[in-house]
Amino acid sequence: MFIRKSAVLIYAVLILVPLLMVVLTSMKTLEQTFDNPLGIPVDGLIIDNFINIFQEQTMAGYFVNSSVVTLSSVSLTLFFAAMIAFGITRLNNWKGNVLFALFTVGMMVPPQVNMVPLYSLVLDLGLTNSLLGLILVNIASTLPVGVFILTGFMKTLPKELFEASTIDGAGNWRIFSKVVIPLSLPSLSATAIFLFVMHWNDLLFPLLFITDNAYKTLPLALLDFQGQYSTNYPMLFTGVLIASIPMVIMYIFLQRYFVAGMTSGTVKG
Amino acid sequence: MKISKAIYLFFIPGLILYSIFFLFPTVSALYYSFTDWDGISADFNYVGFANYERAVTGDSIFMKSVGNNLEFMIFVAIFQTLAALIFAIILVKNTKVNYYLRALFFFPTILSSVSVAFIWAFVYDPNLGILNQLLNLLGIGFLTQNWLGNGDIAIYSLAFTQVWFHAGQMLIIFVAGLHAIPNDLYEAAKMEGASKWQLFRKITWPLLAPSATIVIAYTTIQSFQAFDLIFALTGGGPNYSTEIISTYIYTVAFRNYDFGYASGISVIFMCIIALITYIQFKVLRSNRVSY
Repeated sequence: MFIRKSAVLIYAVLILVPLLMVVLTSMKTLEQTFDNPLGIPVDGLIIDNFINIFQEQTMAGYFVNSSVVTLSSVSLTLFFAAMIAFGITRLNNWKGNVLFALFTVGMMVPPQVNMVPLYSLVLDLGLTNSLLGLILVNIASTLPVGVFILTGFMKTLPKELFEASTIDGAGNWRIFSKVVIPLSLPSLSATAIFLFVMHWNDLLFPLLFITDNAYKTLPLALLDFQGQYSTNYPMLFTGVLIASIPMVIMYIFLQRYFVAGMTSGTVKG
Repeated sequence: MKISKAIYLFFIPGLILYSIFFLFPTVSALYYSFTDWDGISADFNYVGFANYERAVTGDSIFMKSVGNNLEFMIFVAIFQTLAALIFAIILVKNTKVNYYLRALFFFPTILSSVSVAFIWAFVYDPNLGILNQLLNLLGIGFLTQNWLGNGDIAIYSLAFTQVWFHAGQMLIIFVAGLHAIPNDLYEAAKMEGASKWQLFRKITWPLLAPSATIVIAYTTIQSFQAFDLIFALTGGGPNYSTEIISTYIYTVAFRNYDFGYASGISVIFMCIIALITYIQFKVLRSNRVSY
């Protein structure tokens, strides 16, 4: 029992200390950090870093870019993936299986594999330095996992449901929008969270396609701060805090969905 | 029951995007891999298998990045799976405290890799970092290190960070797996006088195999995708000691402008992932049991 409790305590400290350090350091000056990296300064904590970062950086702009890209990517991926999952479930034959295989094979190919051809494609299409470009690439890259999770869920819905609706004269679109979507809400929300975390935190695609500050998302902007502020950890951690706030708030309020979402891409395998 | 052909309309929007931004680039990676394209000029030459030959015979950095990637993967797979399994077993009961602890351990998963990279840059900082200070405090200062600057250990420092980042997610998967094991199996076994170890060995472990398959498969793919974390934390250095395959593809393509060669490495990368996935699938499938 004692060993178990100490192990849990050590793990908890290992998670908590670095996180608390981020919060603490963001409220210290650079000098205070160098003098005493881990202590609380005697002359009190400051909020100047938060003010400075908003003055020195176009933080609000990065925030808006990240929000636009994430919200559009998540909602469109969900919508398209739900339509495909519905189509596969409805077909329920070898054609459906082939389409399922086609759309989910993308899960096996990490986006890093495609970075070279994707870059030249996006360049040719004139979609570099464009939020639209990021959104389109995001959708294509997470569509497979969306199709995978949602098809898994829709296949568990009773067949009679579709048949009864068809006899009642409902077309595919009505069955989809009035019956299947409302019933799939738990699975849709779990998938939404999973996609939200992926798109909000993604670095690779912005790194490849965005060079203009006006279109940078938070992770890419953070990476640039490293170049500008070097080891000015108070400023870096202020950036980290600001970039993480939406996720943390969502995590606190929607925790159950997070756990369901972040494991749904895997457990149903 | 006859389904109208109109059902195929549901595939159209997704299929268009998926074809343009996934299927087409995947196929064109294969095409570019047979060329010497520099990514900029309009014309390039067909070079046959030269890029592949260069990767497997003449490029020591590529070989090093494959080795680093495997070391990283093996370290993460072992320690992450073990930690996740042990803590899942400890925290399996749905008490309030366990619930909050699981939520805490899961927390790093929601952060961006860049944030995690900054946090650990500070932890590992040779002068300011908590780690070296802690070691000094404990009177074992001789263990202090330049954790990311020493090429012999940097890849392990990164692997540890990866475990910190994602073990909580795997823990949750194991907890779900444990909850799915019917309780009466344990009760029946206890009636027969089975020891704790026997309970684990004969019930928990075999019935947890599906979760273990998922955890290990997921861990492996994450190890190959650790691009963001490594790019932000060490950029592959010092002296290529933390270069993994994906960061090396980036270097070759966007620093050396050798798109043809980078495509060749991408194709090899994809084959390696496919091979490892296949092996895991075979090995872990054969371990499955049901009662």
